[in-house]
Amino acid sequence: MTEIGQPASSALGSSQASGGHQPANLGDILERVLDKGLVIAGDIQVNLLDIELLTIKLRLVVASLETAKEVGINWWENDPWLTGSNGTRELERENQELRERIARLESGRDEPRQVEGASDEDEPVDVVNGELAEEEEPARDERR
Amino acid sequence: MADTSGRWLYAIARELDTDALTGLRGVAGAPVHVVEDAGLVAVVSAVDLAEFGAEPLKRNLEDLDWLAATARAHDAVVTTVGGAAPAAVPLRLATVCLGDDRVRELLIRRRPDLESALALLTGRTEWGVKAYADPDALAAADAPAEPGGQGGQGSKGGAGTAYLLRRKAQLSAREKAERNASAHADRLHRELAALATAARRHPPQDPKLSGRKGWNVLNGAYLVDDAKADELAAAVERLGGEVEGVRLELTGPWPAYSFAGVEQGAEEAAR
Repeated sequence: MTEIGQPASSALGSSQASGGHQPANLGDILERVLDKGLVIAGDIQVNLLDIELLTIKLRLVVASLETAKEVGINWWENDPWLTGSNGTRELERENQELRERIARLESGRDEPRQVEGASDEDEPVDVVNGELAEEEEPARDERR
Repeated sequence: MADTSGRWLYAIARELDTDALTGLRGVAGAPVHVVEDAGLVAVVSAVDLAEFGAEPLKRNLEDLDWLAATARAHDAVVTTVGGAAPAAVPLRLATVCLGDDRVRELLIRRRPDLESALALLTGRTEWGVKAYADPDALAAADAPAEPGGQGGQGSKGGAGTAYLLRRKAQLSAREKAERNASAHADRLHRELAALATAARRHPPQDPKLSGRKGWNVLNGAYLVDDAKADELAAAVERLGGEVEGVRLELTGPWPAYSFAGVEQGAEEAAR
């Protein structure tokens, strides 16, 4: 159907090992033709930003994670690298349980003790601390 | 091609070698033609308003397959035009006028903008550079050897505490890796922008889209003098080897989508 006028110019940069730098990546194309390019008011007015379904679908396809979140698409939360919060919270819950059990076993006490020195901006740990902070740390803890 | 026919606009150029458009077909498979006014050449094709009128167009744009085919056709024509003229201003998808005369009016109305855009683009090409950070490699490189080293209180507590602190250290290493990658991306952009006449950062692409493993920390566009194209490629290669776990990808040459807008100065300042 159409021909690509520009040569692939494969001589440029061996950095794209996969050779996919010819504009074949649909995301690359959509990102540009929908969001870039000179805007000229034609006679047919279609505001691309007003198209709801398009917007949502594109969130799946081209959008940044941040904007996708704004429209409530959060499939990436299954991705272990991107999660940050969800997955780690589960882990932290598990950690907390284990930690409490270990603390009980080691001290022979039933009261959970608070972990200190683990409180910076790290959110999941803060949650642990926050929940445990209600219990005063016993002064008789022999590991102090 | 009478009343039910609109004109889909692809790009506006000057000194266009129209022979290069021979046989070229655009959206919906329609042959492209040119509309000229005093040196400015608009490349257009006829579209049926039953498909490309305001309402049907809105509907069709919701159809991802239709959108994909249309976007590819649009890009293919824009790319061809860019290769057949000293400069071409790509237009945003779905710019439709009611006939050649209306296109001509548009050329007259927007002449100053178009002239200045063409002046900026002449002799320059847009390139894309993306950086992908491999989270595992970055986190591993940054992970502290001993957990609890941060507070200097690692000896306190029992096995449970140690476990928690170790876990926390892992999470911190990951966050730190993320911050480092982000800072590195800023650095990359600055270095690449130094070679460019204009530079722009686009939002990072979704990993699902690119099919690439890793986190897209930089999605930049660079308008580079054609004489400096090799320099840019060399810089991408050099910078790509600088940090373990961060890979660079050069794409292009692109039509100057990212640098066609007249609002570009404001946009750039905002980023």
